[in-house]
Amino acid sequence: MENHKNGRGEEVSIRADKLTKQYGDFIAANAISFEVYKGEIFGFLGANGAGKTTAMRMLCGLSTPSSGSATIAGFDVYKETEEIKKNIGYMSQKFSLYEDLTILENIRFYGGIYGLSRGELREKSAALIARLGLQGEANKLVASLPLGWKQKLAFSVAVLHQPRIVFLDEPTGGVDPVTRRQFWDLIYQAADQGVTIFVTTHYMDEAEYCNRISIMVDGSIAALDTPHRLKQQFGVASMDEVFYQLAREAKRADG
Amino acid sequence: MRTVLFLLQKEFRQIFRNKSILAIIMVMPVVQLIIMPLAADYEVKNINLAVVDHDHSSYSRQLISKITASGYFRLADYSATFKEAMKFIESDHADVVLEIPHGFEKKLIREDEQQLFIAVNAINGTKANLGGAYLGQIIRAYNQDIRLELVQPGRINPIPVIEITSSNWFNPLMNYKFFMVPGILAILVTMVGGFLTSLNIVREKEIGTIEQINVTPIRKHHFILGKLIPFWILGNVVFTVGLLVSWLVYGIVPVGNPGVLYSFIAVYLLAIMGFGLLVSTFCETQQQAMFIMFFFMMVFILMGGLFTPIESMPDWARAIAAFNPVSYLINVMRLVILKGSGFREILPHLGIIAGFAVVLNSWAILNYKKTT
Repeated sequence: MENHKNGRGEEVSIRADKLTKQYGDFIAANAISFEVYKGEIFGFLGANGAGKTTAMRMLCGLSTPSSGSATIAGFDVYKETEEIKKNIGYMSQKFSLYEDLTILENIRFYGGIYGLSRGELREKSAALIARLGLQGEANKLVASLPLGWKQKLAFSVAVLHQPRIVFLDEPTGGVDPVTRRQFWDLIYQAADQGVTIFVTTHYMDEAEYCNRISIMVDGSIAALDTPHRLKQQFGVASMDEVFYQLAREAKRADG
Repeated sequence: MRTVLFLLQKEFRQIFRNKSILAIIMVMPVVQLIIMPLAADYEVKNINLAVVDHDHSSYSRQLISKITASGYFRLADYSATFKEAMKFIESDHADVVLEIPHGFEKKLIREDEQQLFIAVNAINGTKANLGGAYLGQIIRAYNQDIRLELVQPGRINPIPVIEITSSNWFNPLMNYKFFMVPGILAILVTMVGGFLTSLNIVREKEIGTIEQINVTPIRKHHFILGKLIPFWILGNVVFTVGLLVSWLVYGIVPVGNPGVLYSFIAVYLLAIMGFGLLVSTFCETQQQAMFIMFFFMMVFILMGGLFTPIESMPDWARAIAAFNPVSYLINVMRLVILKGSGFREILPHLGIIAGFAVVLNSWAILNYKKTT
């Protein structure tokens, strides 16, 4: 793959240019443009229905854009969706591991689908289980796990095949604060290894953990910068207030 | 190919972990095969007969006792007038009314001729049809008996009689179970194959796991193979269980080569599962899939030649039946199990079903979209 660098020499993982998704008269994502750099934690914020999931699904190759262009890990979002899929991990809003399989079986299944060798599978699943402290639970059905553990497991499975980018759609929804901290530790570990993190969230404390954040309002990106500079720009003390100021202008109904 | 192995491992684990479904898959065919052929009897018995006898002669009594002794009829009422008997039909207590006129005996002997009146309740078509026919047959037989009594056979029989003797090939005793059981087994295999595949994939859609699969670099045909193979094996198991039940319970042993039967089933299952897959690619919820499958299953079963012969259907219906995979299976099952047909005789059927399998599965793969 050719290296995509920006002006400052940072490698570009995701580049979206006027990416649009339209359903009939409804424009779910309206000409969104941004770049995400390698190893960056990129926060994607917005009220419910602002178009976050739509945008993310286009970037993952799950949904074809109506217009605009985007490259993910250097691959074209229209023509090279299968190449994109080899290089990304994805954790959807809905918990999507198999509840009727055990922890170990889920790990091996997804690892196997991504083409990990038998040796790699053994090694990685052992390491993953040890990292999550699930040694005693490895042979329990996923259905029996508490939500927080499920989410941590889902994340670990999403990065098992060492993708270059991982997309997380509200990964910590409904999870308690302690587990959320642990979840973000996992995210930081992955980012330290050079994985680009693209994450949507509704928690403003989590927004502060991101390197940069974009805030979507009514299908368009209304703001994009580091949390620090955004607060300066809006002259407020917290991300909460930044979000309120922008989201107040939204015209779309919640939902 | 390694991907397919991982998919198969996962699919089999899920199947064997879902004990209730497994039990339904195994128990349902056995129970249905034991109960349905016994209940779905082609012979009509217990037809309720109301008799209006205006004659009260020994001849009329003879006729009535001959009818009730046949075993097909149950004397529901012995009414004085036709009007009264009609009330029994209205209240559904009688299916057939037989009216014997005044002077039945006298006129029969003197004038050599007599008329009887039969009224049939046609609400239940089969019962009415057969009931009327049975009654007619009994009366004809009775008529012949009287003739013999009355007319001393001369050198030349005054009434020419054509006697018909028939013999039933491949099912000498006309045991209806011999053609019902293979037919019901055909339907069971179809239901298990079709429903399992369609509901399984739609379930993954509902839970959301399919999205996680769609975001992996998995190849579409690998995914479909991973779904087809386990249910194909299950279908074969159900079929084998069904054959065992027909042998143990009904003593039906295929006259033909079971290998011919299995090679047809192998292709047939691919076709019907391809249909299930195709339905699943159009549906978002198990409810939708269930209703669509149900609609087609009804058509497949009722127009499959199990209950009514396809040959007697109108042209448009026969055209539909030509696209009904079940009709080919029922046909082949009867050909091989009862008639002992070989590979050559079922080759046309096999070719058509193979065509279905190719078309339906390719359509399903094309219609399954990882990116929407």
